[in-house]
Formats: sequence, C-alpha cells, structure tokens
Amino acid sequence: MSDLILAPFQFEYMQRAFLAALIVGTLCSTIGVYVVLRKLAFIGDGIAHASFAGVVVAYIRGLDYYVGAAIVAIVTALGIGFVNRRGNVSLDTAIGVLFTGAFALGVFLMSRLQNYAVDLQSFLFGNILAVSRGDLILIVVLSALVVASMVLLYRPLLYTSFDPVVAEASGINAGFVSYALLVLLALTIIVSLETVGIVLVAALLVTPAASAYQLTRRFTRMLALSAVIGATCAVLGLYASYYLQAASGATIVLLATAFFFVSMFVGRLRRTTSRATGAPSAPSLL
Amino acid sequence: MRASALTVRYGDVIALDKLDLTLETGQALGIVGPNGSGKSTLLKTVAGLVAPASGVLEVFGTSPRALEPGTIAYVPQVEAVDWSFPASVYDVVAMARFPRMGPFARFSKRDRAAVKAALEALRMWDLRDRHISQLSGGQQQRAFVARAVAQEPRLLLLDEPTTGVDAATEEALRELVRGLVAQGLPVLMTTHDLERAADWFDRLMVVDHKVLADGDPETVLDSGAYAGIREHTHTHGHLR
Repeated sequence: MSDLILAPFQFEYMQRAFLAALIVGTLCSTIGVYVVLRKLAFIGDGIAHASFAGVVVAYIRGLDYYVGAAIVAIVTALGIGFVNRRGNVSLDTAIGVLFTGAFALGVFLMSRLQNYAVDLQSFLFGNILAVSRGDLILIVVLSALVVASMVLLYRPLLYTSFDPVVAEASGINAGFVSYALLVLLALTIIVSLETVGIVLVAALLVTPAASAYQLTRRFTRMLALSAVIGATCAVLGLYASYYLQAASGATIVLLATAFFFVSMFVGRLRRTTSRATGAPSAPSLL
Repeated sequence: MRASALTVRYGDVIALDKLDLTLETGQALGIVGPNGSGKSTLLKTVAGLVAPASGVLEVFGTSPRALEPGTIAYVPQVEAVDWSFPASVYDVVAMARFPRMGPFARFSKRDRAAVKAALEALRMWDLRDRHISQLSGGQQQRAFVARAVAQEPRLLLLDEPTTGVDAATEEALRELVRGLVAQGLPVLMTTHDLERAADWFDRLMVVDHKVLADGDPETVLDSGAYAGIREHTHTHGHLR
C-alpha cells in the first residue's frame, strides 16, 4: 500500500507536480469562496481565456509566457471591474464580447505560426508534469502574495461580499476592494495555468467553494472547507491521473465535480434532517 | 452636518435641486415627501454613496468619503443582500465593527460588548445564532438596525426603517432612536408615517426635490406643506 502511495514520488517531476497541485488546489479554492459568493465565476473563466492571447503574444515575442499571460489577465480583470462599476453594458455581455474576442486573438495568432507549437496547448489544458523548478518558485511566490493580500483584506472582503452598499457607507472603500480581488483572481489564474490550464481553471475556482457552500452556513467554515476540498481533489486527482494515465487537469476537475454532487446530496440530507429535529444551528465562529 | 445648494442628478433627472439642510448633534430630523421625491437620494448622498453634481455637503466638516471609517451608519430601505450568504445574525451585526478595525486587530472584548448591546437593544440576542435566511421581514430589519447601532457611528441614517414592521418593532425602534438621540447622536431618517412624526423627531422636513418646509414637526404638519404634495400626487395618480 505504501508503495502504491509513494510510487509516484520516485520521480522528481512528480514531486514538483504534487507540490504544485497542492498549492494551486488550495489557492484556487480559497479565493473561490469569494468567486462563488460574489458571483464572479464567469469573470474567472473570462480572465483565464483572455490570458491565452498574452501567452501567444509572449511566445511570438520570445518572452516568458507567465509575463504575457499576467499582463493580459490583470489588464482584463481591471477592465472588467471598470465596466462592472461604470459601464452601461451588462457585465455578462461585456465579458462575453471582450474575453471571447481576446481568446480568438490568441487562437488566430497561434494558427498563423509556421512551426505549430505544442507547448501552447499545455496552457489550454495544463501540463502539470512539466512544472519546472523555476515555475514552482513562481507558483510559491505568487501564491504567498495572493494569500497575504487575502489575509490583509479579510474583513473588507467579507463585508463588501455580503453588503457592498452599507460597507461603503460605513467608510470601507468597496471599489478598491473589488479591484484588488480581481487582480488577486488574475494572479491566481496565472499561477494555475500550467497545472490545470486555461479551459479548466474556472472549475477549480468555483467547484470546491460551491461544494463547501452546500455543507456549511458559516463563512469561516466555508473558507476552511473549500481549501481542504480543493487541496484534496488536486492531490487525489493527480494520483488518479498517474495510475489511470489520464490528463491530470481533467482528472482533478472531474474529481472536484464528483465531490460537488456528493456535497449537494449531503447538504440536502442535512438540511432536511435538521429541519425535522429542529436542531439549533452551530455557534458563530467570528 | 451641513448641506447648501446640494444638487444631485441621475443623468438628466434632477433628484435633489439646490437643497439646504443642517443637522445638529443630538437631533432627530425626519424627512417626509412623496415617492420619488429624492428622500432616499438625500440619505445616499450624505452617506457618500452618490456624488453631488454641485453644492456643498459637509459632514463633521469634511466630505462624506473623507471621513474616518465607521463614522456614518446607514440602513437602506431595501437590503439588497443575498439571504443565502453564509452568515448568522451575530456575524452580520459583527461586521459593523470591521470599518474601524485594522487588518491585524482581534475582535476585542469591546467589539463583542458593542455587538451584544446592539442585539439586546433590538431584542435580537436570542436569535443571534440563526442563519439570516431564517428571519422574518421585521427581524431582518431589526438585524440591520442592530448592525448600524453596533457600529457606534457619529451619524445615523435610516431610510424608512418602519416600513413593513409590526407595531411592537416600530415602538422598539422609536425608543432606541430617541435613546441614541438623547446621548447626542444626530439621526437623519425618512418616513411615511406623519401621524407619529412628533413622537419620533425634533425637526421635520418636507422634501420634494427641494425643501418645502422645515421646522418643528407640529408646525410643519399644520402648515399644510405636505398636504399640498399629497393632493398633487393623488391627482396625478388619479389622472393616470
């Protein structure tokens, strides 16, 4: 049994892959709580797709993929924040137009390349086994930055997620908090690109948090549960993909999806039984 | 608090037209006026949620957005929150303490005491562990007033807090507001209830985009300034 568990670790690239999966799974599912509660799922998906244009441009120019993706992701995140707060166009429409446009630009540029680049494809679906030492350092540094920012902004993020109007009236800068969250979201997506890829990153942002939402009615617990679910799915998914010889990103997401349906079932069951017995709700964790 | 020639526009629509207003500490000022008269806009502007197009607005000598966090507490007419948000009544009221807390501050004894006092004042202490979706309309309203009280603001803005609450809740709210005013808190509140205006307020203002009357409640009501608008809106409604 222990052989079975330890087998993948004999390869250094697998060690790196597991570490990357653990970090990305935890990070995505933590910020994902805000994505779910503030209904930003579509934005996350949009930022991820738009960043593809950055990857391709960086490839053509011979720059670092991450730099290209990060610039485009942050610019689009801020742009969408601006449209959200000031624009006359509905947010859904703005994202639908801009982000598919940016993604199409990426595909267009890629299709014109003479020597068709295989590694661009790894940004679409992730290639966790290719995470290098340098990539891992970048993942660790950016994740630490995102987590530290989320800790610093914990209370303003919570208040503005629940009631932005009253929070703003009481002196919290709701606009700044919302832009900050979008930038953190963009950085999270960049960190996740190599692990799960552009197409699947939205699932890691939404699914673990949505599962946690089914299981608790307390914010702090939702945050903790989501992080645990995300980390577990990422690590177990990577294991499964190793033994099933399947794509790692897709396996991780499928596992998270399965977990979501189980949570939904358990959540329903618990709600009906607690209503039947009239059990009091749990004490506050604040 | 002082406003002079305060004008607020939503596009081409003028919501407030050169409005003058002062509010002293320890004074409850009631705002009455028909629907769409700009009452709610006035509160939102004072809260710093809507920027004036022109005129002067000073709250404690500065613009609302430049105030120390936690200075103004605002209870909107309709709470547009997601009722399935993972939070108990206690959690929601505790949020009131956030604006004044630094990023590393612990939720202190004093914070807990303020939350408890506010919940008790609104008779919500026993419901503190309830999820917010399990509250009645009146209880939701009390929870949000409790949050404003727990903030320990220097200015309280209430937008029709008595709409849709039962008589007992309304009386509890009135006693609470009078108590806060007696402690020196200035309160600006919109209402539809003219009959009880004299019990609630030290001063009453009739607003229909402009100030039509301003003075002690009995005098303002006797002046017929409000009756004039009511007739106007009534006729208007009738014609349509």
